[in-house]
Amino acid sequence: MNWADLNLMPALPEIFLLAALSVILLLDLFIPDNRRGVTYGLSLLTLAGCAAIQYATWVSAPVYLFSHMYVADPMAGIIKLFMYGSTAAVLVYTRQYIADRDMFRGEYYTLSLFALLGMNVMVSASHFLTLYIGLELLSLALYALIALRRDSVPATEAAMKYFVLGALASGLLLYGMSMVYGATGSLDIAVIANRIHGGSTNEVLLVFGLVFLVAGLCFKLGAVPFHMWVPDVYHGAPTAITLMIGAAPKLAAFVFFIRILGQGMDSMLPQWQGMLMIVAVLSMAIGNITAIVQTNIKRMLAYSTISHMGFLLLGFLSGSANGYSAAMYYAIVYVLMAMVAFGILLALSRAGFECDKISDLKGLNQRNSWYALLMLLTMFSMAGIPPLAGFYAKFAVIRAAIDAQMVALSAFAVMMSLIGAFYYLRVVKTMYFDDAEDHSPIVVRPEMQLTLSVNGLALLVLGVLPERLVALCVEAVKQSMTLY
Amino acid sequence: MLTNQLSLVIWVPVVFGLLVLATGGDQRARLARWIALVGALAGFLLSLPLFTGFTELHGGMQFEEMHPWIESLSINYHLGVDGISMLFVVLNSFTTLLVVIAGWEVIQKRTAQYMAAFLIMSGLINGAFAALDAILFYVFFEAMLIPMYLIIGVWGGPRRVYASIKFFLYTLLGSLLMLVAFIYLYFKAGNTFEISAFQDLKIAFDVQIFLFIAFFLSFAVKVPMWPVHTWLPDAHVEAPTGGSIVLAAITLKIGAYGFLRFALPIVPDASRALSGVMITLSLIAVVYIGLVALVQTDMKKLVAYSSISHMGFVTLGIFMFANNSQNVWAVEGALIQMLSHGFVSAAMFMCIGVMYDRMHSRNIADYGGVVNTMPIFAAFMMLFSMANAGLPATSGFVGEFMVILGAVQVNFWYAALAATTLIFGAAYTLWMFKRVIFGDVANDHVAALKDVNKREFLVLALLALAVLGMGLYPQGFIVKMHPAVNDLIAHVAQSKL
Repeated sequence: MNWADLNLMPALPEIFLLAALSVILLLDLFIPDNRRGVTYGLSLLTLAGCAAIQYATWVSAPVYLFSHMYVADPMAGIIKLFMYGSTAAVLVYTRQYIADRDMFRGEYYTLSLFALLGMNVMVSASHFLTLYIGLELLSLALYALIALRRDSVPATEAAMKYFVLGALASGLLLYGMSMVYGATGSLDIAVIANRIHGGSTNEVLLVFGLVFLVAGLCFKLGAVPFHMWVPDVYHGAPTAITLMIGAAPKLAAFVFFIRILGQGMDSMLPQWQGMLMIVAVLSMAIGNITAIVQTNIKRMLAYSTISHMGFLLLGFLSGSANGYSAAMYYAIVYVLMAMVAFGILLALSRAGFECDKISDLKGLNQRNSWYALLMLLTMFSMAGIPPLAGFYAKFAVIRAAIDAQMVALSAFAVMMSLIGAFYYLRVVKTMYFDDAEDHSPIVVRPEMQLTLSVNGLALLVLGVLPERLVALCVEAVKQSMTLY
Repeated sequence: MLTNQLSLVIWVPVVFGLLVLATGGDQRARLARWIALVGALAGFLLSLPLFTGFTELHGGMQFEEMHPWIESLSINYHLGVDGISMLFVVLNSFTTLLVVIAGWEVIQKRTAQYMAAFLIMSGLINGAFAALDAILFYVFFEAMLIPMYLIIGVWGGPRRVYASIKFFLYTLLGSLLMLVAFIYLYFKAGNTFEISAFQDLKIAFDVQIFLFIAFFLSFAVKVPMWPVHTWLPDAHVEAPTGGSIVLAAITLKIGAYGFLRFALPIVPDASRALSGVMITLSLIAVVYIGLVALVQTDMKKLVAYSSISHMGFVTLGIFMFANNSQNVWAVEGALIQMLSHGFVSAAMFMCIGVMYDRMHSRNIADYGGVVNTMPIFAAFMMLFSMANAGLPATSGFVGEFMVILGAVQVNFWYAALAATTLIFGAAYTLWMFKRVIFGDVANDHVAALKDVNKREFLVLALLALAVLGMGLYPQGFIVKMHPAVNDLIAHVAQSKL
């Protein structure tokens, strides 16, 4: 390695994040409990700094660093910007909630930033080892976050489940990676792609490895039949942490799919397409149908997540640039929607009251018509009704699927989204048609009011004018699909 | 003449709707009502130049606007109206004005949201009629479900939750498959969603059948045709008066309009092959649903079933094209019937609303002798009942007459069966009218009734003018639609195999 060629600039966001994170970790030790707001402020500043640096070091074509362990490309850039934004929003949304529940501690912020760092590494990995390190960094931070309220039985149980199943998934993934290594002799994604394309690899070993990789990936994404942990973890974890699990990690998981399957195993499309087709169909069916019977809104949203991931996979498995960009758009829009939904639940929760049943939303329109409207937009967006962002996400996915000659699968998908519409409508019904039973005032911090409003209205704005984001996704995917 | 007249007609009501929404709670309900009235009036006045400035010289699109919208998905913001859609834009804007006036003091709960929902929906409906890009159409078509769902659910009757969810899911079911059809056609037509490009495509027969089924599910639910009509009585009965008026007068028409704009021109061979089925379904709607209406005890339900029966006439007229390519009358009759039904059903629901606001009952049995206490109202209702029954000189007669005339050319028995509507229609409408209006004063509640106030009088008078005007001089409307219908029939006559 020639040190003169060492260029750290494209990795500056991660470096800055790690440095700032370490500073916050140390500083927090000297901050008394009543001034914990400083940690909160510093964390937000860090995220703003990351975003600024990300923007300043923007690359328009892939740049490889650290002996091809790390790549900075437009896709990573866009996804990272959304991850900073969503992490910042999560911190804002959860500020009051965690203060009411004795979780307002420095660890919450440092662990959140560690999780973000892990996701950043995942998103920018061009090597199986970097991917794995990023994934573990994210997962370990999340395990600890779920268990942050150690006196809460459901939270501890959720953490345990997430840990055991997550470790199993990581094991599957590693096993798959090792087989791919055995077949191709490399862990570098671009090299793997070239060797598989060259056809000099052991096909049986490769397919065997692929199965484990797909299983591990689906585990992380929470797609059927590897979805068992999703409802329990969503339900058991404190809503603040559920929001954290449900938002940015989905973006990271999407990039995970792109890096391993889309880039690395591109030539094995026919093999993984079939597997993902089964996973997508099952996810859409089981996610939507099971969501109908839920009375707990966090569980309902968990099953709805599963169905959304099925939709995302439908875009992904068409295997074209169109499909990847559709899936990318879907992931981004999904995160925006999930954040509003959980944000409203956080806004309605207060000390001693957990808003986690659908009936807790009764008469929200009478109590606060603005929040009801935001939730209404989110629910219709999730159901895929135009003119909301969720519609174009579904539309782009179905377009990609039909382009790949999967008309029957698309028809199935839209029928599933019809079933999905039922339980989203029920939430709207609860907010608008039922009378309020709980008349306690909804107190929300001003910065959260602003962020939540911007977040909710973004669904409408992206619904009316989706062109910019769609074009960005298309361009980013085009850039990322050209390996060195 | 403004160059973006159609955009104004779509977005002015929506913007006013958002303004009304911004007035907030019920303490500022007065302000909300006035803004809503100004918005509805502005929308109506803006739609008038579409009618007056419309040239009858050709059947193509007019007032066209075209901007790229979502370039990466090749979706355009492409608007335009021909003689078929223009009339509905005007009808819709007119109806919205009536609905705002009709709900003036009737709606005391969450007034701003009520008015806003209607204004926004009005803009969206105009958009659906004016869209020339398939996805733009779909966006408007679906988006209007949201305000309607809320209107039925928030201000509706006792079974409103059931009715609103049923309405929403039923309509969504149909339209989702249409979306798949659109995307399929998009690739077929070489990456464009232009409806005109779809209409010029050559499509294999079996594919046409699939596409027709997708269109059928979407539009038949909306019309609604027998046997997918069951959402309509529920939705109509539970919806507030304004909701029923818009549902009956406008949204049902979008279904029939969809057949004319999509099913017929895009898949003419499949439409022709399946026209027998469609005519059968239409005749079942006309005859069987007419009989069902006869036994209703709830006034609103009766008018709802009568709507289905009348819409059966519309689809009958539309699908009469198949056997005789010169059959312009039937299609024009269907269009006239649609417009007329827009006025008449709105008027019938308005009448029932007037009585319901006073008595809080829709049961025919609770009424009797209303003419003694509400003579002016009774006169209006008499006129509208006659129009509903298809009496000559009212608008109801013209459309039915033209469709029957068209049917005779195709098959005498179609015409004979269709003509039974003149008997059944008269039977259920006039029998209801007799039981409610005539006779002795039935009870103390009826005795205490007060006649229509100025606001109600205004709405009913406007509707009466429309019904009579259209009945006496339908030519004014037919002239406008004639070139477009001619073009459509000529286009459909050519096989696209």
